[in-house]
Amino acid sequence: MWHEIFNYADYGQLLALVRNSLVVGAALGLVGGLVGVFVMMRDLAFAVHGVSELSFAGGAAALLIGVGVAQGALVGSLVAALIIGLLGVRARERNSFIGVLMPFGLGLGVLFLALYSGRAANKFGLLTGQVVAVDNPQTAWLLGMAAVVLAALAILWRPLMFASVDPEAAEARGVPVKLLSPVFTLVLGLAVAMSVQVVGALLVLSLLVTPAAAAIRVTASPVRITLLSVVFALVSMVGGTLLAIGSSVPISPYVTTVSFLIYAVCRVVGWRRTRRGWARRPSAVPAQA
Amino acid sequence: MSAAEGATEEAGAEPALRLRGAALGYGDRTLWNGLDLDVRPGEFLAVLGPNGTGKTSLLRAALGLTRLSAGTVEVNAPVGYVPQQKTLQAGVPVRARDLVRFGVDGHRWGIGRPGRGRELRRRVDAALAEVGAAEYADIPVGMLSGGEQQRVRIAQALASDPGLLLCDEPLLSLDLRRQQEVTALVDARRRRRGTAVVFVTHEINPVLGVVDRVLYLAGGRFRVGPPDEVLTSPVLSELYGARIEVVRAGGRVIVAGAEAAAAEDAHHLDDTVEVAH
Repeated sequence: MWHEIFNYADYGQLLALVRNSLVVGAALGLVGGLVGVFVMMRDLAFAVHGVSELSFAGGAAALLIGVGVAQGALVGSLVAALIIGLLGVRARERNSFIGVLMPFGLGLGVLFLALYSGRAANKFGLLTGQVVAVDNPQTAWLLGMAAVVLAALAILWRPLMFASVDPEAAEARGVPVKLLSPVFTLVLGLAVAMSVQVVGALLVLSLLVTPAAAAIRVTASPVRITLLSVVFALVSMVGGTLLAIGSSVPISPYVTTVSFLIYAVCRVVGWRRTRRGWARRPSAVPAQA
Repeated sequence: MSAAEGATEEAGAEPALRLRGAALGYGDRTLWNGLDLDVRPGEFLAVLGPNGTGKTSLLRAALGLTRLSAGTVEVNAPVGYVPQQKTLQAGVPVRARDLVRFGVDGHRWGIGRPGRGRELRRRVDAALAEVGAAEYADIPVGMLSGGEQQRVRIAQALASDPGLLLCDEPLLSLDLRRQQEVTALVDARRRRRGTAVVFVTHEINPVLGVVDRVLYLAGGRFRVGPPDEVLTSPVLSELYGARIEVVRAGGRVIVAGAEAAAAEDAHHLDDTVEVAH
């Protein structure tokens, strides 16, 4: 069983085969790390999960009727993202709505997959991810989506951060806070649709939440949070892919494990930093042990 | 009744904030109407009154976030805003200096030109120093006390270099000493830079020594004028439509009866007034 999980014979040849996966993985790491920062600031982790289930349903529907899975996943994702963005200003209301939406999406997806009579690997892939399955057109499609997300974030960056952390002051300063909510969830929807096709619907959180959550444990500087979150997501995604290629297991357990380990380390580092007095003023007497 | 008699005007400087015939109401309920008000550069105006009388709405109207139901509002200076205090949670991933930086360029699109870092840092440091918050500039805001967060919020508002500073209950949930400190900061700023200040507060006593005029809102009516003229038993009794006793003792103003009057007047509102302890 062990070398089903770790098997690095003929690694060089395998590497050539998964070049597309690595390119896509790097793009996904960049997107996940950046979007994750705002997911944490806006407290949208649960929304990420909800959107990914709807994205799964969209992909499954596309598989059933024989159109592009990527496009199906994108449509499902954007519909869910738009509804959540328009509806959920208050967290409590938003979360209960997502709790209602999520099983519905998952149920639909299961129905479509049950009706689908093609390859079983296609079914499984949408839920738990796939490694080598990224062909050239799909790579181009995913990179195109990544480019849209990066461009949108480059434009929205400062007002989106202001609105996410301090909405009252942002609104008073003329930031269109109410408009930014659905706009950001659409960007999030794109990122989710990308991730669903690579790591699978059930594990999207490990890319869009875990890296940023880990970064926030160790620093409060937005620049450092962003850099660390991207590095963590890249290491998880690319590292996970490199570990996965020799095996017959899907890519996702590697990605999720690497990203979880990074988070665990960051929690310990953050805990030590808090204990040593993260909030201590320079002039204050040292805290008593 | 009219409050125009209280709105003293001085020749010269254009008012930072001007309201003419301003009215605000929701549905068939009018919070205030016929409000004429000029706030001059360097003037400190305190806005007093029980909850639900449209004090915050007045600020929102000046910010262009709430439409007046009648009249006009004119703002002739860059505006800084200190929103009503909501404690920032411990997990909020920004430092004090980041919150202040939002006040400088947070509203601009894009990620910011890389070359401007030094100039930006200088402005943020200056704003933090002005409110005495330099020491905790790099501490996550969620780890700061309420009074410290309030200073940082004022620094954020000042970082945009405002000519009009709108503060919504900046003294809320602060102890007496912090209330005096925050008031002194705002007072120092307007004296040094001629910033017009509109200061919404429940607590008149911490600001009594520095205010030029008060706008008192109660019972759908209002009165504008120097504190000595407005904070009197006859004026407040008329505003509330009930017997109010204003007692001055040891440099403090104590308004007795306002709480009950406000509760009776606005029984559908969720809170009552406490102008002084």
